[in-house]
Amino acid sequence: MTTVAIRPAALHHGRRVLMKGNEAMAEAAIQAGCDAYFGYPITPQAELLEWMARRMPEVGRPFVQAESELGAITMALGAAATGARVLVTSSSPGISLMAEAMSYMAGSEIPMVLVNVMRGGPGLGGIGPSQSDYFQATKGHGHGDYRVPVLAPSSIGEAMAFMADAFELAEKYRTPVFILADGTLGQAMEPVELQFRTPPRLAADWAVTGADGRPPRVVKSMHLAPEDLEVHNRHLQAKFAEIAAREVRWAGEHLDDAELVIVAYGTAARVARTAIARAHDEGLRAGLFRPITLWPFPSAALAEAAARARGVLVVELSAGQMVEDVRLAIEGRTPVAFEGRTGGMVPTPGEVLDALRRLWAATAADATRRTREARS
Amino acid sequence: MTTDTPAGARVIFERPELLADRSTNYCPGCGHGVVHRLIAEVLGELGLGPRTIAVAPVGCAVFAYDYIGVDFVEAPHGRAPAVASGIRRVRPDAFVLTYQGDGDLAAIGTAEIVHAAGRGELLTAVFVNNGIYGMTGGQMAPTTLLGQRTTSSPGGREAAFHGYPVPITEMLAIMPGVAYAARGSVADAPAIGRTKQYLRRACEVQLEGRGFAIVEVISNCPVGWGMTPTQSIERLRDVVAKEYRPGVIVDRTKEPVATGSLSGAAPAGATAAAAGR
Repeated sequence: MTTVAIRPAALHHGRRVLMKGNEAMAEAAIQAGCDAYFGYPITPQAELLEWMARRMPEVGRPFVQAESELGAITMALGAAATGARVLVTSSSPGISLMAEAMSYMAGSEIPMVLVNVMRGGPGLGGIGPSQSDYFQATKGHGHGDYRVPVLAPSSIGEAMAFMADAFELAEKYRTPVFILADGTLGQAMEPVELQFRTPPRLAADWAVTGADGRPPRVVKSMHLAPEDLEVHNRHLQAKFAEIAAREVRWAGEHLDDAELVIVAYGTAARVARTAIARAHDEGLRAGLFRPITLWPFPSAALAEAAARARGVLVVELSAGQMVEDVRLAIEGRTPVAFEGRTGGMVPTPGEVLDALRRLWAATAADATRRTREARS
Repeated sequence: MTTDTPAGARVIFERPELLADRSTNYCPGCGHGVVHRLIAEVLGELGLGPRTIAVAPVGCAVFAYDYIGVDFVEAPHGRAPAVASGIRRVRPDAFVLTYQGDGDLAAIGTAEIVHAAGRGELLTAVFVNNGIYGMTGGQMAPTTLLGQRTTSSPGGREAAFHGYPVPITEMLAIMPGVAYAARGSVADAPAIGRTKQYLRRACEVQLEGRGFAIVEVISNCPVGWGMTPTQSIERLRDVVAKEYRPGVIVDRTKEPVATGSLSGAAPAGATAAAAGR
């Protein structure tokens, strides 16, 4: 059941309101100039679809509840191929169905924003918050050699701001963009200052609009001749390399003198922040490294932060997925520990603090040796 | 438009402007080329080329965008009606056409075609039914006739083992969102002429805002059927057309408006798509 408590007229820029994450993301998309929304009901993102069902007709824009997630994402593919700014949202099992079209859109270079309000898996799993789709978002979804930018908000305000950022990235690079949220961000209510932004429109000189006074255009991913497909793939890879070079985002807290670094994103980062404050109370110098783009992963910045620390703790709402990217970034130079819960369970700050204490103890010998080496 | 015409000669047959001047990837004798030509003729005659956005399927006809000179989007397998629905919703002024084969439309894309029709989307769907998966080497399709041998029903299709052929156009025709459904054939010149009339009407139905329109065209696949082109045309005429009978299946544009009835007409502006939602 939707919890629409706010009248659209009250949703003006700069106002501070209490909003549910799903509804806040929906309104932010509308204010960012989303031209069309296609969805299919699934928990825990249903309020997002319901908000769009009510608001999109109010602003005179298309809303379609599709027959399936396959239908929703391919309607979005068609609409976005005409140059429209399109949003699709779902949760984990629905995202699996959308993987097919994600691959086609990456191959056809169709911009679109896709929100995953993650729930626990595998399979039907549960409806509690989870971060167990990290691999899916950053390494895969569909078939083929491709990447898509993944933005991971850790507050409702940030989720709203990222909506405009995501449309901008999508159109700048002609690519689908993921916003990877979780059930907590979707379901929780918190005060947000409404900061809307409508990114400027770029000329879509590739879009299908009817071949009126120009040669016909084709938006496609098929290149049957291997030599042609390789040329296309090289073009895509060059684009991914440019994104990786330019669009890395992360945030750090207390990193300057941190001996222990927690790496966490989204809801896990908020738990980590509380644990870090408690760690400071007992004299443990801990800091937070929060990746905002999960792809491109902030590997270089993380390696630098970790090089100054004696241990790194990765906290996730999963059995350990991002931790693999953390280990790749750090390349064994600093010990990496992991703390996570799965299935919709969220680690408590106390559990994370315990993990920090264990890491501190486990790295004591290492730290002593390194100090000795540094002196000699 | 074509070549130099000698003095005194009169052009009675020429390439439609919207049909590319090149040979196709299709096998000798394949019906896709005929259907492409009919579409190019109808779009040209109705002046729709500059406003058409077409959706290509997965299968042999994915190459439609190389031969018909309008804007095209390539859909994932079976999803053309959903892709077209998305285009329709954001481009109310466009003429939107889908082109699908029987594996694409009647198997993997069943949900998408049923619900596009159910919503009464203002789309013109061209459905080429040759009873086989041509591009992948001639496997059984939902439309394969009983007894027909394919590479995945080598002993012939048996109802008890493979199930019955799916009459998808008749299934669609019972829905009130479907304003027009017809079945044509490429078996001979008279059938091709009637097929063109059906296609033209299916385009007009969209322009009139009546609702969803579909034209199934039964066609041949000489290579997939293991026949010469001539034999395949004879089978199309003598066997296939007896099971999938050509003709207009439903035309609700001629019925009086019967709001609220499941078998009622789809009046202009009555569908969700027509209302611009």
